[in-house]
Amino acid sequence: MTRLTVPPTRRRILALASGGGHFQQLMKLRPAFGDHNVHYMTTLAGLPEKFGITQATIIPECNAKTPLRAVGCAVAVGWRVFYFRPHVVVTTGALPGLIAVALGRLVGARAIWVDSIANAETLSASGHKARRIVDLCISQWPAVAESEKVQYHGSIL
Amino acid sequence: MIFVTVGTQLPFPRLIDAVDALSSTLAEEIVAQVGPDRSQRTGILSYPMLRPDEIATYMSQARVVVAHAGIGTILECQSLGKPLVIVPRRFDLGEHRNDHQMATAHQLVDLNGLHVAWDVDDLGNLLARTDLEPLRQSDGKRLAPLLQVIGDFIDDGPDTRS
Repeated sequence: MTRLTVPPTRRRILALASGGGHFQQLMKLRPAFGDHNVHYMTTLAGLPEKFGITQATIIPECNAKTPLRAVGCAVAVGWRVFYFRPHVVVTTGALPGLIAVALGRLVGARAIWVDSIANAETLSASGHKARRIVDLCISQWPAVAESEKVQYHGSIL
Repeated sequence: MIFVTVGTQLPFPRLIDAVDALSSTLAEEIVAQVGPDRSQRTGILSYPMLRPDEIATYMSQARVVVAHAGIGTILECQSLGKPLVIVPRRFDLGEHRNDHQMATAHQLVDLNGLHVAWDVDDLGNLLARTDLEPLRQSDGKRLAPLLQVIGDFIDDGPDTRS
């Protein structure tokens, strides 16, 4: 009897990171997204194009000190999350990433948090909060992963 | 040419002022992205914010890049094969929200081609050197298992959505 081989399901992935180093780290993770349908989001216009990405949305930058912009960011991300309905949300931070994994959960998306390699001694503030709501929380430093009870599987450097 | 960047979010006048003070002895064009910093400097061509493609152009033309300990700049210099001198931002001087740049610099100081100026007084010697080793792309040995885990997570999960 022959078994039917099922090709891997093409999933919708929302891949999001703040502009600058966070997004550059996300770009290092691109090979992991394979042939899935990936929608990118970042906070800096012109950044996706630099990496040859055409399917991208620019959202407001925000951090803990800019609560109003965080609301604006949540609206922009939320609209896209409900429209795109991702199976998986992947982020390298920071606060916009936390917003994305939280909103992703509302539509049943599984979530991956890869904490920025800049956090060599402790998880980022957003990572601490994300740890409780994501399915896979990764630090890029073995010592941080051990002390924060998250996973370590290597790093982008 | 020397390209200086301190990112776009926070000013870093300690670094910019130090480079400005060195400009007369360096006799080399200096271009800087200074972020939200309105001080006038005489020795450098400064912009509050440059577009990503403009930064890439300046970086590729630069002999050496000087920056805060930002991961984006490190990755960019890696892909361009440029020597990079970093000055970590210090929390005690109000230069960042915490001391993660010091921690990053301590952890990454062994990367070939990454030159850490723990104080701005070290900048003069580093920038006068013409034999600064460039940053090279990493061999990907640490990246491969990370990609594997993320790829498996995406592929293996239940498909509950049409």
